[in-house]
Amino acid sequence: MPDLKNLTLNFGPQHPAAHGVLRLILEMNGEVIERADPHVGLLHRGTEKLAETKPFNQSIGYMDRLDYVSMMCNEHAYVMAIEKLLGITPPIRAQYIRVMFDEITRILNHLLWLGAHGLDIGAMTVFLYAFREREDLLDCYEAVSGARMHATYYRPGGVYRDLPNAMPQYATSKWRSEKETRKMNESREGSLLDFLEDFISRFPGKVDEYETLLTDNRIWKQRTVGIGVVSPERALALGFTGPMLRGSGVAWDLRKKQPYEVYDKLDFDIPIGVNGDCYDRYLVRMEEMRQSNQIIKQCISWLRANPGEVLLADHKVTPPSREHMKDDMESLIHHFKLYTEGYSVPAGEVYSAVEHPKGEFGIYLVSDGANKPYRLKIRAPGFSHLASLDEMSRGHMLADVVAILSSQDIVFGEIDR
Amino acid sequence: MQNQVLQEQLQTAFSEQIITLSSEYDEVTMEVSGEHLLQVCQQLKETDHFHFEQLIDVCGVDYLDYGKAEWVTAKATSKGFERAATRTQKINVLKRQGPRFAVAYHLLSLRHNRRLRIKVFLKHEPLIIPSVMEIWPAANWFEREAYDVIGIMFEGHPDLRRILTDYGFSGHPFRKDFPVSGYVEMRYDATEQRVIYEKVDIEPRVLVPKVIRQDSRYVNPETEQGENNA
Repeated sequence: MPDLKNLTLNFGPQHPAAHGVLRLILEMNGEVIERADPHVGLLHRGTEKLAETKPFNQSIGYMDRLDYVSMMCNEHAYVMAIEKLLGITPPIRAQYIRVMFDEITRILNHLLWLGAHGLDIGAMTVFLYAFREREDLLDCYEAVSGARMHATYYRPGGVYRDLPNAMPQYATSKWRSEKETRKMNESREGSLLDFLEDFISRFPGKVDEYETLLTDNRIWKQRTVGIGVVSPERALALGFTGPMLRGSGVAWDLRKKQPYEVYDKLDFDIPIGVNGDCYDRYLVRMEEMRQSNQIIKQCISWLRANPGEVLLADHKVTPPSREHMKDDMESLIHHFKLYTEGYSVPAGEVYSAVEHPKGEFGIYLVSDGANKPYRLKIRAPGFSHLASLDEMSRGHMLADVVAILSSQDIVFGEIDR
Repeated sequence: MQNQVLQEQLQTAFSEQIITLSSEYDEVTMEVSGEHLLQVCQQLKETDHFHFEQLIDVCGVDYLDYGKAEWVTAKATSKGFERAATRTQKINVLKRQGPRFAVAYHLLSLRHNRRLRIKVFLKHEPLIIPSVMEIWPAANWFEREAYDVIGIMFEGHPDLRRILTDYGFSGHPFRKDFPVSGYVEMRYDATEQRVIYEKVDIEPRVLVPKVIRQDSRYVNPETEQGENNA
């Protein structure tokens, strides 16, 4: 008999199930994982260091690129930290817009997660379904900010501009007849809010569709039930937040427990799991999409009834309008100073956290009173989740590592920063 | 209000260990020394009225350039305010004293729904601080990161390797004396048919100078220490 040895397997960094650029060193005994050593940092761009060399507002765009599937939530934590230092509160309408887009972002994130998770475990269809709905929501991003992903929409003191009155429409082409185009544009005739209203009326039905495909699917359950079980105590000790923590049965959500913006005025529920396995985390995220839908609905009706300012008029922090800039000297000076030097914030240190789709996303900002952050530390939820991969995957089969990894909802933009 | 309660509780529990205890921007910060860290953390996690069961974040801070600006803003010369000057020496605006490196821990108590920041200043080289991994396993990667980017050693950490930087990287990139452009750049060499490292050929430059302004709206007369001197 030959001497049997453990096998070391190199997984990634170029592997579709590695969710980007993860390199995993797996020590295996046959098909069973004995140790998993994730090597991260292949997407390290030094965001925190770069932010230290730029005025505050110039880094908002970098925040989009951290977790590049939940762009606006990253921005949110960053602008909240700056607002905390400056001691300003955005107008109430801006707060509702932020909450609405945070929830749109949550649905976007969970849809991508669902599609990718499905692909990893072998369910092709749900990926195509999820991307169909993502398309509509990315159109909302585009309508409001001009960019489909990296929006740079939130600003200290509010949001860049008010919701638009028109949606971009499809054009006829060689491949698309006029009749088809008219049908596709039906929901796009009105404003952004009309379009969103139409979307949220359709969306619960779409979630039902995904659930029909997966929730009682025998293969799906075989691949996820009892895989990667984390007890609530362990989840807390390992620094889990967000759906990972709630999947283990800990009822903790910053939107409820430490409400920011207008979350305390909205009615929604926090789903929690029981067993702490991949299946429960799946169920939690599915329910979160339905709850986000509820929140968006409430925001739409509030936003319809209450027009108003969306950006503070404090021109030491926010730019004056183009119109004013052209015939008012002081506005011109404000504009010039803001876009060259930026604003200085008082010295001090703050930590601000939001309930990001993946967990607690925090910004620790140290300022020395300058126009740039002195030190910026991004607390990415995925970082602690991935750190626990070793513990979660021990004793499981190789194929389960993929299921566990994708149930953690890993995105390397935020982990490697 | 809640912070006040927390502050009082901390004061009674750690009256000997606390170096400073403050509450700014609605956040409580407690500074302790490295040798008391483990004992304080253990107590913070385990006693019922603290019960900080989660470690949210650990990060290192380098205070080398704290309060140093690149432009003079308070005084004007006969030619007006200084413009776009390239200077080798930075201007000391806030005269900060104290150690260069610090580690900040962010704790969260789910039971009491409150947060706490612990700061530990590292007074001398070598930068060694006990690891809190035994108390909160979540510290594992955070401490590896702080070691990697700032160069703080965590005593008792079982696996203190670099995490974010490249294999074979030298130096600690988030230190303030590490240039943004780094020291080496990498490219694929077609003749050698491998990836090679070379000295960087870009020079670090400042796009927007760092200025510290004593904005009248934010200046607190009691703590005002700003005096611009070139």
